[in-house]
Amino acid sequence: MISNIQIMTAQPNINRRKFLKVTALAGGGMMLSFNWLAGCNPTPDEVLAMPKEWFSLNSYIKIGENGIVTLMAPNPEFGTNLKTSLPMILADELDVDWKNVIVEQADFYPERFERQFTGGSQSVRMGWKILRTAGSTARKMLVNAASKKWNIPAEEIATSAGMLIHSASGKKAGYGEMASFAATLPVPDNVPFKNVKDFKIIRTSRKNVEGKNIVTGKPLFSIDHKQEGMLIAMIVHPPAFGLKVKSLDEALVKSMPGIKDVFVIKTLEDGYEHNAFDTTSFYELPVVVGNSTWEVMQAKKQLKVEWEEAQEKKVTVLGWGGNKEDVVIPAGRESTETQRKKMMAMSGKPGKELRRDGDPEKAFKNAAKVIERTYTAPYLAHNTMEPVNCFAHVTADKAELYGPIQAPEFIMKTLVARLGLPKEKIHISLARMGGGFGLRAYGHHFVEAAVISQKLNAPVKLVYTREDDMTYGIYRPTYTATYRAGLDKDNNLIAFHVRGGGIPEHPVEPNRFPAGAVDNYLAEGWEIKSNITIGAFRAPRSNFIAGAEQSFLDELAELAGKDPIEFRLELLRRNKNNPVGKNNAYDPGRYAGVLELVREKSGWTKPQENVSRGVAAYFCHNTYVAQVLDMKMKDGTPVVEKVTAAVDCGIVVNPDSAANMGEGGIVDGIGNALFGEMTFDNGIPAKNNFHQYRMIRQKEAPKAIEVHFVPNDEDPTGLGEPLFPPTFAAVANALYRATGKRYYEQPFSKQINSRQPLL
Amino acid sequence: MAKINLNVNGKKYEVDIDPDTPVLWVLRDHLDLVGTKFGCGMAQCGACTVLLGDDAVRSCVLPVSNVQDKQITTIEGLSAEGDHPVQKAWLEHDVAQCGYCQAGQIMSAVGLLRKSPKPGEEEIAAAMHGNICRCGTYLRIRAAVMTAANS
Ligand code: FES
Ligand code: FES
Repeated sequence: MISNIQIMTAQPNINRRKFLKVTALAGGGMMLSFNWLAGCNPTPDEVLAMPKEWFSLNSYIKIGENGIVTLMAPNPEFGTNLKTSLPMILADELDVDWKNVIVEQADFYPERFERQFTGGSQSVRMGWKILRTAGSTARKMLVNAASKKWNIPAEEIATSAGMLIHSASGKKAGYGEMASFAATLPVPDNVPFKNVKDFKIIRTSRKNVEGKNIVTGKPLFSIDHKQEGMLIAMIVHPPAFGLKVKSLDEALVKSMPGIKDVFVIKTLEDGYEHNAFDTTSFYELPVVVGNSTWEVMQAKKQLKVEWEEAQEKKVTVLGWGGNKEDVVIPAGRESTETQRKKMMAMSGKPGKELRRDGDPEKAFKNAAKVIERTYTAPYLAHNTMEPVNCFAHVTADKAELYGPIQAPEFIMKTLVARLGLPKEKIHISLARMGGGFGLRAYGHHFVEAAVISQKLNAPVKLVYTREDDMTYGIYRPTYTATYRAGLDKDNNLIAFHVRGGGIPEHPVEPNRFPAGAVDNYLAEGWEIKSNITIGAFRAPRSNFIAGAEQSFLDELAELAGKDPIEFRLELLRRNKNNPVGKNNAYDPGRYAGVLELVREKSGWTKPQENVSRGVAAYFCHNTYVAQVLDMKMKDGTPVVEKVTAAVDCGIVVNPDSAANMGEGGIVDGIGNALFGEMTFDNGIPAKNNFHQYRMIRQKEAPKAIEVHFVPNDEDPTGLGEPLFPPTFAAVANALYRATGKRYYEQPFSKQINSRQPLL
Repeated sequence: MAKINLNVNGKKYEVDIDPDTPVLWVLRDHLDLVGTKFGCGMAQCGACTVLLGDDAVRSCVLPVSNVQDKQITTIEGLSAEGDHPVQKAWLEHDVAQCGYCQAGQIMSAVGLLRKSPKPGEEEIAAAMHGNICRCGTYLRIRAAVMTAANS
């Protein structure tokens, strides 16, 4: 299944080779090729403070002779603030003063950096040991340098905020003074990490290193890029899934002002072996190229294209672990209504068994009470605020690309195959992304821009309109799940069954809670193929199944006559004391910890009057979250007064930034639960811009959000996704208390009998 | 094509351009002022917000022929160093996630504060309702506008 990004969560080997020093640096020169990107605008003071010479201690760290330190942010930034948090980890182990640090975004250099993938909430978790190793190793090289220069045993030399200190003799030196010598020393092995109690930068709030550039409108995004001779390109993709280009009438458009060329490109060649992030939306695209964006937009509107039905297509996809899979892209034009009927038919039949404990059939027969509920959710469009774009300059012997991409490693493979250039000749610069949410793991725009540039032999910036972007596919899949539970006469949960499916993947996570806490358990999944393309969307699968499961548990607790938090805690105790089955994918203690913390922080036992509260919890992407959402109805419209969240993600690297991420996930969850929806009519996406696709806006955002972190010293896990999935259920459960009605179908705004149109 | 005189951030420009071209694309493609962002092209998202005089307007639907000689202020014109009170408030609250919507958000906030220097919560929410933030930074935006109003 092409959206499965679980593979990216395997802990990488920390490969010492990558800590070796980068090639010698010329005086004052930048180590990497950033200068061709605008975006850095140093003030006169900063220019004076720039060192004359840099000494590279490893791929991540270089130190100037005056003590200024440059730290590389290896992963592409899409808004989770990695560009600040990852270098903070380096800086703490290196033991430098944060104010003397310059952060640079690394280009894609897999031979220098361990992991340049952003997604799956893994960057901090997977970067933790890598960056601590890079920082502590560089620090040790500086200590060794001082030890040799001063002729003092290394063990007697301490460091503090960029200084090397030998207290017995009173000797002191700045890192800058030792850097040139340190850079010539061998890279030491197995350098111990700092004790977490000694962190000085990690666990303190540091502002976004790009903050000032953002508020002053600096060109930070690839859509802002410009260079001599650059042309603007736009695509015209088929209006419906199931269609392809038949012919083009380019004559009229070619003569329009500012237009340079009109042609059709093939994105991926026939017989090409796909990888998991190659998009199969459309294989041929008409392209209009011209001098300026507006001129190309105008021409694109006039372009006459004849479309025809696409045939069924078979492609080979090289999946995870090197397994090849033949995937069929069906022909035909699909509609939401017919898809829905197919899904309902499938959900009535047994699916593929994913997990079985005990004897669920017998237990359901013996149950005193049985409850069954079905939940559904539509496709969702990512709608990153920055539309798809990419800069490419491809010549006969090399290619330069600069664009928004979460998974550069994968698109590099595609580019090598499509352009016929070796990877050493293809250079990818990682742009700050105007949002990613999983969508930018798919780099079709890199291929499109590169193919256009190669054909024209000119630098090109490809830009999508919002309409192109919203109707191109790679949606969050549409899902359904049916839950069934059996209680005995004492209201103990004795049987649990989930059967989930979707187009084209099922959302069931069979080993997650409440698996392991119920004696008789069955999980099944089924899938229906489609030519409507899908992709990872903030917390794939969890973003549906959490809402369904946690809404169901709320209703189940009510049926059992139990407090919804206590009901969950009871199941978690059961798992802790006497777990059922194997492979239970959660730690019941940490799970209970967030429920207990949210109970305390939300004042759960003393609710305010006139406020309807919903609780939900979920564990995904290695992080535990519980939320209480307070709602009021105003003229029949839900108003979210407050959301209180408790989160266990281990050590919190950058607390205020972590809270910001939590707030964003919650707002996104409320928005998609209430409004998010893409539908199809005869293969045509029914919404193409924000006048039709409703996004959460300022007035609909909660009045307050509190994000509380469980204090512990566990290694950190991620935050980009985990706050998002449980929010759907917190909304549904609060809506139930506010309206007396349960909500099974997303988006919920369609189900609310508002006396007033929703805002 | 027509010659059009523009006054952007206190600087005068003359552009020779299709008079229907929206101000957004003149700024981005012709004047190299790319701080103003493209989000939807139909006045639905606010990413392209600039000030026309003291009014926050959506530059993606504003033909350049309509703004001859009128004063346009873009994010770059607030202050290059980020020391306009609204920019400072944005930094204080560390509002941005991806940052793409924030120039538009800031310009809408500046427009609001020019009209109503001490807005209440509801007034802020209403004035900022046209600016989508996909990353969901709405609460920090609200807090930052409050801070700017009180500074
Ligand atoms: S780009 Fe102008 S409002 Fe969206
Ligand atoms: S900060 Fe990303 S869209 Fe607002």
